[in-house]
Amino acid sequence: MAAWFFSEWPWYVAGPVIGLFVPALLLVGNKVFGISSNLRHICSALVPTKLEYFRYNWKSAGLWNLVFLAGVFIGGFLASHWAPPHDIAISLATKAALAQLGIHDLSGVAPHQIFTWQALFTLRGFVSVIVGGFLVGFGTAYAGGCTSGHAISGLANFELPSLIAVLGFFAGGLAATFFILPHLL
Amino acid sequence: MTTKLQIEKEGSGKAEGRPVFLLVYLLLGIAFGIVLTRAEVLSWFRIQEMFRFQSFRMYGIIGSAIATAALSIALIKKSRLKSGSAEMIAIPKKTLGTGARYAVGGTIFGLGWALTGACPGPLFALVGNGVSVMAVAVLSALIGTWVYGFLRPRLPH
Repeated sequence: MAAWFFSEWPWYVAGPVIGLFVPALLLVGNKVFGISSNLRHICSALVPTKLEYFRYNWKSAGLWNLVFLAGVFIGGFLASHWAPPHDIAISLATKAALAQLGIHDLSGVAPHQIFTWQALFTLRGFVSVIVGGFLVGFGTAYAGGCTSGHAISGLANFELPSLIAVLGFFAGGLAATFFILPHLL
Repeated sequence: MTTKLQIEKEGSGKAEGRPVFLLVYLLLGIAFGIVLTRAEVLSWFRIQEMFRFQSFRMYGIIGSAIATAALSIALIKKSRLKSGSAEMIAIPKKTLGTGARYAVGGTIFGLGWALTGACPGPLFALVGNGVSVMAVAVLSALIGTWVYGFLRPRLPH
């Protein structure tokens, strides 16, 4: 593998590569790039229910996407094993802001002070993982998409609903960052 | 013309079921998981940096991803390409309704995005990265989606 693969990807490489998944899926099978609908497919496949929202043929609608999602998991595994783990080179300003919140261990992809099994039973671990996960699942289902479906596929297709959704993503993200995290961490 | 379209649709249905298509989706998914990891967009630290406006990086990534996708979609539409499954490529437009679902649902997801530091794709890629506690976040997200399905008839859309 080339050395560039293991070094930090600049934004102008990472962004276009991510964007190319939209035409790739369209060209292969006329599929719209969007991850969060998989959560609905999994519910539909695993949880027996009378709820109308989950009563559809998940195999014909979403088997391709579930297979894609399995790949995302495998890809995450492969990438983290090929390349030596390194710290994320965040800006000095962010390091200082996190230090003020008490986050001093900046190793790994996510802070060990929050995202470990031991921390799960602390307030910050519980809110970050369990409440945060719930909001991701509820919010993406309500909004009908996430970063991939709305921010990338939707905005690239110039759709107003996706613009509203993305403004919502940032409103929520800013509120959590500046009003919840300071009390939580 | 109608007959031809129908045949194409049936043909595409058959093609879709072929394992070779699923293999392509699997390989694309693996590539996406690798990209999410190498681009560091699955990192809680990068998401914090973004929401604190302390680096251009995430905005550059998302912006150039949208530009690349938009250019590709325009080219595909202009050339009237068919997909590998022999369908005319078309992206169904979302219906606006009152817009409430996008504003409220989007804000709720945004809260979760900043708290977990991950959107749905990265949640799964993080479990692959060895942040095994994120499996709990995935389970929680499934419960969240189920609760939405339960409350759906009573929510504004």
